[in-house]
Amino acid sequence: MVKAAKPFRPVVATANDLRSGAVVYRDRDGKWSKHASLAEIANTQDAADRLLALARADHDANIVVEPVLIEVDGGKPATLRERIRDTGPTIVLPGPPV
Amino acid sequence: MYRYDEFDHAFVQERVAEFRDQVARRLSGELTEDQFKPLRLMNGVYLQLHAYMLRIAIPYGTLSSRQLRRLAHIGRVYDRDFGHFTTRQNLQFNWIRLEDVPKILEELAEVEMHAIQTSGNCIRNVTADHFAGAAADEVADPRPYAEILRQWSSLHPEFSFLPRKFKVAVTAAPHDRAAVQVHDIGLHLKMNEKGDRGFAVWVGGGQGRTPMVAKKVRDFLPEANLLAYCEAILRVYNLEGRRDNKYKARIKILVHEMGEAEITRAVEAEFATLQGKALTVSAPEVDRIARYFALPDLKALPAVSEAYEAAKRVDPALALFAKRNVHPHKVPGYGILTISLKPIGAPPGDATSDQMGAIADLAERYSADELRVSHEQNLVLPHVKLDDIPVVFAQLQKIGLGSANAGFVTDIIACPGLDFCSLANARSIPVAQRLSERFADIDRQVDIGDLKIKISGCINACGHHHVGHIGILGVDRKGEEFYQITLGGSGDETCSIGEIVGPGFSSDGIVDAVETVIETYLKLRASADEPFLATYRRLGQEPFKEALYVR
Repeated sequence: MVKAAKPFRPVVATANDLRSGAVVYRDRDGKWSKHASLAEIANTQDAADRLLALARADHDANIVVEPVLIEVDGGKPATLRERIRDTGPTIVLPGPPV
Repeated sequence: MYRYDEFDHAFVQERVAEFRDQVARRLSGELTEDQFKPLRLMNGVYLQLHAYMLRIAIPYGTLSSRQLRRLAHIGRVYDRDFGHFTTRQNLQFNWIRLEDVPKILEELAEVEMHAIQTSGNCIRNVTADHFAGAAADEVADPRPYAEILRQWSSLHPEFSFLPRKFKVAVTAAPHDRAAVQVHDIGLHLKMNEKGDRGFAVWVGGGQGRTPMVAKKVRDFLPEANLLAYCEAILRVYNLEGRRDNKYKARIKILVHEMGEAEITRAVEAEFATLQGKALTVSAPEVDRIARYFALPDLKALPAVSEAYEAAKRVDPALALFAKRNVHPHKVPGYGILTISLKPIGAPPGDATSDQMGAIADLAERYSADELRVSHEQNLVLPHVKLDDIPVVFAQLQKIGLGSANAGFVTDIIACPGLDFCSLANARSIPVAQRLSERFADIDRQVDIGDLKIKISGCINACGHHHVGHIGILGVDRKGEEFYQITLGGSGDETCSIGEIVGPGFSSDGIVDAVETVIETYLKLRASADEPFLATYRRLGQEPFKEALYVR
């Protein structure tokens, strides 16, 4: 049986900053921001392919590591894992507030 | 405590300099990420969910006050002011900047610490009974042997690129607190009738996606043969272990596939070529290393402290603390004190920099400057005068770490889970926190008695759920967190792998489900003295299954 193709969902490019390791998102100006809300959203497969290619180029330029596309829902990361990457651990951390 | 010799100092300093250069070359772009990744992992630097994570080795779980203060300092200056003690007696910082790592490693080297052998397919840091060197029930301190293994395994050229990681644990007491039967090699030091020391050797235990209890391949290996025999095991594994599938690459799979008789034959054949040669551990060498681990100069004291007994009579909280968190010491008049890093509702194993500093002060003043880290994610003051326990308890209460819950239902092991770990499928810490809060009532904890809950956020089982009396495994089911319960696991000398009791529970339902299991135990136990594990082993899973699933 042929499996139905998964419908395309909007995506953004995320990675970690090479120097600090911080979670970052590629914004509309081609910069990497700590704020998912500033990320460029790719709404088509072609736009997604282009975004990933740009993110990988930034990886090759030693700006970020482990670039990937993640699905977003209403502009926010869609999965729990990515929501935690975006907003931090869901627990109260033992130290003082950051 | 072990002190670095000239070789150790040179080796660690050279590694720091080497990694400083590698980081500089990575940041300049001279090294690609693919080239750099194995190098950073060899120095304990992972890329986790939020940032780089640095895993610092605490060999055989032994720390000095100075070292703990240095860890507190690193947490304060380079991270978010707290550290996480792990189930492998290590410490992790979760928000380390790559460009800071060389400086951190330099500061660690100043106090004879490093992050080597905390990652990669090498022989990892050797773990040990966290009461080692102090426990009344040990035949000898197992740490000298752990250190001998450390010296043999560090940078061992033949074993630096094994099929998979390789974990060794050592204990010297009949009650196994080091979980040796779920390690690649487990060593149980004992004495024969002639008074000679040797080891029961267990091979092929492990947790992860294929949990297995190790097989005992030798009941008494003379101490002189320790390294030659371990080398023989590693050689057989290095040669025969699978490299085509990482999920089948641990030695436990090889032991399972070859069978106990064949793996034993292969190891013995290899051992025959090594025995009596350069790897023989001589008695003078054992004595030389053992001197580093000499018991501190503890003043002879009466076995019973009148002051301590009087204080317990008037303070029920202290009396409970004494009962749960103080373990018999080999020297009369002293106790081994467990500092629970499991206050109600807190993330298991976390300590703030201030807490670490305060604990270091307590260790310096009251515990001969020594500490231990337990695989149960607690800290230990190994040499405390019974006379001093009331004041230490009072000090611990002041820093929020006076919980008298060692071994109770709230003394939960939990891996970092999806809140931190890039491998995790579900969160562990929030489940531990909610369970801790549900069972916060200390009278209820006393009634339930000994009960080990262990939680992992994925099948890699860093939270040791397979050997939890109640184990909880977090899984991802179509984007939702679900939790599978296993019952009847144990990591001690009666080692067993827990059995899956039935379908998993939602995040909302898991705490109620665990409570149902515990309430069922309370109804079914033969007496108030029958612990959970004994009741489970007597009755099997049926009554628990019925309570959980039959409406």
